[in-house]
Amino acid sequence: MSFWYNQVPMEENFNSGHLACQGCGATIAMRFALKALGTNTVVVIPACCWTIIDGAFPAHAIKVPLFHTAFETAAVVASGIKSGLRIRGKGDVTVMAWAGDGGTFDIGIQALSGAAERNEDIIYVVYDNEAYMNTGIQRSSATPYGAWTTTTPEKHPEDRPKKNIMEILAAHSIPYQATATIAYPEDFIRKFKKARDIRGTRFIHVLSPCPPGWKIPSDVSVKVSRLAVETRVFPLYEIEDYGEKYTINYWPKGLPVKEYLKIQGRFRHLTEDRIEYIQQFVDRQWEKLVLKHKLSHGTLDNIPKNVIYR
Amino acid sequence: MTTAMKKVLTGNNSVSWGVKLSRVQVISAYPITPQTTIVELLSEMVANGELEAEFIKVESEHSAMSAVIGASAAGARAFTATSAQGLALMHEMLHWAAGARLPIVLANVNRAFGPPWSIWTEQTDSLAQRDTGWIQIYVESNQEALDNVILAYKIAEQVNLPVMIVLEAFVLSHTNEPVEIYPQEMVDEFLPPRENPLYVVEPGNNYAVGSLGGPDVYMEWRYKMQKAMERAVDVIKTEGENFGDHFGRKYGLYEGYMLDDADIVLVSAGAFTSTVKYTVKHYRKETGEKVGVLRLRAFRPFPHDALREALCCRKKVAVLDRNISFGHHGIFYSELKSALYRLKDDKRPPMFGYILGLGGRDITPKDIREIIEDVKTREEIEEDIIWKGVKP
Ligand SMILES: Cc1ncc(C[n+]2csc(CCOP(=O)(O)OP(=O)(O)O)c2C)c(N)n1
Ligand SMILES: [Mg+2]
Repeated sequence: MSFWYNQVPMEENFNSGHLACQGCGATIAMRFALKALGTNTVVVIPACCWTIIDGAFPAHAIKVPLFHTAFETAAVVASGIKSGLRIRGKGDVTVMAWAGDGGTFDIGIQALSGAAERNEDIIYVVYDNEAYMNTGIQRSSATPYGAWTTTTPEKHPEDRPKKNIMEILAAHSIPYQATATIAYPEDFIRKFKKARDIRGTRFIHVLSPCPPGWKIPSDVSVKVSRLAVETRVFPLYEIEDYGEKYTINYWPKGLPVKEYLKIQGRFRHLTEDRIEYIQQFVDRQWEKLVLKHKLSHGTLDNIPKNVIYR
Repeated sequence: MTTAMKKVLTGNNSVSWGVKLSRVQVISAYPITPQTTIVELLSEMVANGELEAEFIKVESEHSAMSAVIGASAAGARAFTATSAQGLALMHEMLHWAAGARLPIVLANVNRAFGPPWSIWTEQTDSLAQRDTGWIQIYVESNQEALDNVILAYKIAEQVNLPVMIVLEAFVLSHTNEPVEIYPQEMVDEFLPPRENPLYVVEPGNNYAVGSLGGPDVYMEWRYKMQKAMERAVDVIKTEGENFGDHFGRKYGLYEGYMLDDADIVLVSAGAFTSTVKYTVKHYRKETGEKVGVLRLRAFRPFPHDALREALCCRKKVAVLDRNISFGHHGIFYSELKSALYRLKDDKRPPMFGYILGLGGRDITPKDIREIIEDVKTREEIEEDIIWKGVKP
């Protein structure tokens, strides 16, 4: 395998001067996404932090056209743009919907489900910071078990597991799905490039650390992302062939989830038994994923072990 | 030139034909009675290749409006249709379409809101969208429905505001009438492909549309929308006349019927105006009394000046509302009152607001005749709602 930096294009489609917080995972994610997709792309953004990050009128941080839309409509507005461009002879343009977890797991799930079921020719990316950050850190159905948010205060932290959005999308039989994090840029970029060249609905789930929301220092977003993978909280995998073929892209070290939880203030209140509960949940989820990989490939030997980004 | 053909069509299918003749490129809709047959015929036209368009079969009206917003932002000519519950579900995106200055055309088939469930006609659904920034045009016949889809694109694409064509459930939507269908070339001459969009979301146009507008810029956007609406008054008038020159059917901001010399004017909108006209014609013949009709077409922009001129110095005006703003009055009545406020006292006619026909209750010549007789007995405005036909 060639060095990782050879796989990250030098092309920069993101200007400096955006309005994100320091260490915002969603900002680094957009930078990588546009490196991979290039400028024959248009982006649709619903209400979320990214509404602000791109800049207030007339500023515009990314180097491709951006259409802002209402909170629950990213998938369907992207579908409409794609149809409009295609009927005008511009069907080769990549149309990317870029939404938060609230706009995806919650209020936007109906439009997303509709678009996925119709297999609209769009890339839908959820940058998942696991809460409604734009409005001040309220829980969403992507908020993980045990987490603090302003609507799940420490006395009553989130008491339900995170919704499994990848499985929901897999049930829609779409051609391509992947998870990605900013800690693995070459994996991230490979997936976006691959998605770009597939027709139909492509769904990419990006874990997106949020320093104020997760109560982490602004210089650990990449580290937290890597820990999410290495603890198997957020495995890197793809689902191809219309929901049939599962491929784990990287075999994590399997660090204890505590390593991931303890550096985030939003989990600080968790007692040992709650941490153990989360560990068991993560283990079960991982085992199921491993089984799916094995079912798809007949082996586990083809999963790369700690070769990426050494 | 090939001659026009005549077909017997329902109001809904007249709309579909208007869409086809307008060479709409992207359609998105969700089924609801009584709108359904508009989009059924359109999906057939698209599937048969008679209309070169994409049809996005969405999972809700909210998404239908969002899809055509996307399509229109990407430079395509886009259409959707709905009724009542569907229109209400679109409400958020109606604001978005207008705010994004997209020349989308929507056909709304008037239907009463539930509960209680109703599928029958009432104008409250469209009138409740008054402040969304949409142009609204009310039609009376199937021919007018077809014509006004074409006209709607002509208007919308000049002022960059969306247009809602409004027709009544069943009395128009599902009733057959002979309708003239113009040759495609003739429509193409009147309505060329979409020209000069404000912006197009496509590579090369590296800007953001709809980004955060603080108090320092937001107000100017709204000012421009209002200016566009004001301009739309002239555009509706001019293009309505141009339409007449081109196709032989002229449309105005409103329509007068036996209006010129009328002392008593009945004002209404939509298909039941046909009943009003019919009754007035016979009433005049029998009594010789000067009763006339003013049928409202444009509700937004509300043509204040034209209406002030048309109603100045009449003896009495009766407004017939098949709608209600709860806690206020009939909606056309209150709009018209505010338009006539600027007339001097001696020129401003007393106005009487009748509410009738809600939830599709039949409006008969007998009802209209009784209203005329009732207006004649009234001098001063004593109540703002005169209920017609409410069972005790
Ligand atoms: C219909 C509607 N409801 C509520 C809001 C308010 N709102 C704006 S952004 C947002 C939260 C977005 O959360 P998410 O999608 O996770 O994105 P993030 O802010 O975390 O980036 C909310 C609730 C809105 N804009 N529209
Ligand atoms: Mg979020």
